[in-house]
Amino acid sequence: MSYAETSPTPFEAEPLKNPSYRVLRRLLRRPVAVVAILIIVVIYGAGVLAPWVAPYGFNEADFRNRYAEPSLEHPLGTDNLGRDLLSRAIWSAQTTVIVSVAAVLTGGLFLGVTAGLAAGYAGGRTDSIIMRAADTFASVPTILLVLIITATLLPRIVELARDVEDLTGFDWIVSSGMPSYFLVFGALAIFGWTGIARVVRSQVLALRQEPFVISARASGAGTPRLLFLHLLPNLTNLLLVSFTLSFGGLATAEVGLTFLGIGVQPPHPSFGLMVSEGVGLSNVREHTTLILVPTAFIVMLVMSFNLLGDQLTDVLSPRHR
Amino acid sequence: MPAGLATYILRRLLLLPVILLIVSFVTFALGRYAPVDYVEIQAGPRAQPETIERIREERGLNDPVPVQYVRYMGNVLTGDLGVSTRYQGFPVEDVIFPRMWISLQYNAVVLVLTFAIGLPMGTWAAMRRGTWQDPLSIGVLLVFASAPVLISIPLLQWLFAVKLGVLPSGGWSEAEYLGVELGLFSKHAVLPILALTLPGVAGIARYMRGQVLEVLDQDFVRTANAKGLQAGVVVTRHVARNALLPIVTILGFELAALIGGSIFIETLLGIPGIGLLAFESIKSRDYDTITAIVLVGSTIFVLTMLLIDIAYGFIDPRIRVEGSIS
Repeated sequence: MSYAETSPTPFEAEPLKNPSYRVLRRLLRRPVAVVAILIIVVIYGAGVLAPWVAPYGFNEADFRNRYAEPSLEHPLGTDNLGRDLLSRAIWSAQTTVIVSVAAVLTGGLFLGVTAGLAAGYAGGRTDSIIMRAADTFASVPTILLVLIITATLLPRIVELARDVEDLTGFDWIVSSGMPSYFLVFGALAIFGWTGIARVVRSQVLALRQEPFVISARASGAGTPRLLFLHLLPNLTNLLLVSFTLSFGGLATAEVGLTFLGIGVQPPHPSFGLMVSEGVGLSNVREHTTLILVPTAFIVMLVMSFNLLGDQLTDVLSPRHR
Repeated sequence: MPAGLATYILRRLLLLPVILLIVSFVTFALGRYAPVDYVEIQAGPRAQPETIERIREERGLNDPVPVQYVRYMGNVLTGDLGVSTRYQGFPVEDVIFPRMWISLQYNAVVLVLTFAIGLPMGTWAAMRRGTWQDPLSIGVLLVFASAPVLISIPLLQWLFAVKLGVLPSGGWSEAEYLGVELGLFSKHAVLPILALTLPGVAGIARYMRGQVLEVLDQDFVRTANAKGLQAGVVVTRHVARNALLPIVTILGFELAALIGGSIFIETLLGIPGIGLLAFESIKSRDYDTITAIVLVGSTIFVLTMLLIDIAYGFIDPRIRVEGSIS
C-alpha cells in the first residue's frame, strides 16, 4: 500500500513541509549562518567534485618544484615531493566527505534513529536493553577502542578484500582504499549512534501521547507507518542540529585517526595525512605552509559546522519564535 | 536516602561490571585474533618453529580464546596484567603505571584550569549579552573549540618554540622533588597544558554561557532582581547555582576528551605518558600492554562516569523520579 492510495488523515498532510521552509528562511536571514553554509558548501563541493576541480592529482609529484612558494601555478605552494598543496587539500576534503557522510548515515541516521525510535516507542524491555547498550558504548573511552579496533582489524579486512578481488576479478578494491575508508567510518559509526538515539528516544517519549499520534493509531496506522510518517517528521529539527554538530566532530575524528596512522591509508589523501607530513620541528620552522594549509581547512570546516549548529539551535528554540 | 535514588544508584552499580566485562573481552579477543602473532615477534625472526610452539604451549596460547580470557581476567584480579613484549620481559603493570603518573600530572592541572577559567568566562559572556563583548569572546572561543589538539600543537610549537624561543618544543622533564618524579614543575609541562586547556576552556565557556542564558530568562531571576538584590548576589546565588547543574555531566565528556587528547599531545610532543605508550604499543603490536591500557583506562573512565551519575542523582531530584538520565 503506497502513501498516495490512502486518504490523508487531517493531521498529516499540512504540517510536514511548512516548518522546514520557515526554519530555512529564518536561518538565511542570519549572516553568520549564511557564511557558515557557504564555507561548508565550498569545501564539501570541492571535495565531491575533486576529480574536476583539483588542478593536479593528489599524488602528482613535481620534483623540480619541491617546497615551492605559493604562485599562480601552485596557489598554496607544494610539499616535500612537489605535490600541489591546494589539490591535496581538495582531495582530502573528498575523504572527509566520504568518511563523515558514511558515518553519519550508518551510525547516526540508521543505527541512532532506529534505536531511538524503537526504544522510545516500544518501551519496556526493548527500551531498557537498547538504552543499557547505549550506556555501555557511551561509557568507554572511544578513542582507545577505535584505536585497537582499527589496528587489529584493518589488515584482516584488507586480506578479505583481496580474497574478494581474487574471486570476482575486480582489482580496484584494495587500491581504491575502500577497506580503510570502510573501517574508519565503521568504527566511528559504532560509537557515534548513542547520542542521537538518546535524543530521539526522549522526543518520541514526549510525542507518544500527543493527540495526533493517538488518533493516527486509532485510525489504524501500523507501527512502521506511525514511526516513519508520524513521529519521524516531528524529529527533523532535532536531528538537523545533532547531525550538523556531529559532522564537525567526525571530521576531527577522521583527521585524528589518520594522523595516528590507523585511519585512511596513504597514498589516499586526507587532512590527517597532510598534518602528519607537516608536523615536525624542521617543517614547522621552515615550511610553515605545510601545516597551515590543512589546519586552515579543518578549522574552517569544523568551525562552520559548530556555528551552523549554534544558529540552528537559536532558530529552532521555541523562545525565539 | 529516598527510595528512588537507592534503586537508581544500585542500577548504575550493577551495570559497572557488565561494561567492564564487555570492554575487556572485546579488547582481549581483538588482541588474540590480531593479524600478527605476537609470539613470533617475541621469539625473534630467527626462532625455530619448535621454540615458538613451546612458548605457545607454555603460555597457554593454544587454548580456546574464551579459556585464555578467563585465565587472563583471573590474573588481572590478582594484579598480574601480563608481560610486555616491547619491553622484553617487563611485567605490564611496571610499564604502564609510571607512564600513567606522567599523564596524570598535567591532565589533572588541565581539568582544574578548564573549569576554573571556563565557568566564570561563560557566565561573564552571558551577562554581557547584547554588548560587543559577548559575540567577540564567544567567537574567539569558537575558534579554539574548533581546532583539534592535533592542529593547535604545531601552531603553539611554532609560536613558543620557534618564534619566541621561550619554551622547549617537546619532551618531558624527569626532575624529582622530594623523591617523586614531578615533571609538572618544569617548562616542558607548559605546552601540553596550554594545548589541552584552550579547547577545554572554550567548550566549557560556550556551554556555560548557554546554561546561564537559559537561567537568566527564568522568573525567579526577575524576582531576585526586582526585589533589589545586588547584581553580584543574583549571579552567584541564583544564576550560577542553577546553571551549574547540567555542567556536572560535561565533566565526563571532558574526561573522554582528555584521554583522546593525551594520545595526540604525547605523540606530537614526545611526552612519555600513557597516550604515547598506547600509540607505540599498538604500532609494535604489544597486545598485553594495549589490553591493560584499555582496561585500566576504561575502569577509571567508567568509575568517574558512575560517580558523576550518582552525584547528579543527589543534586537533581528529577533524575530519581525518571530513573535514568534521558
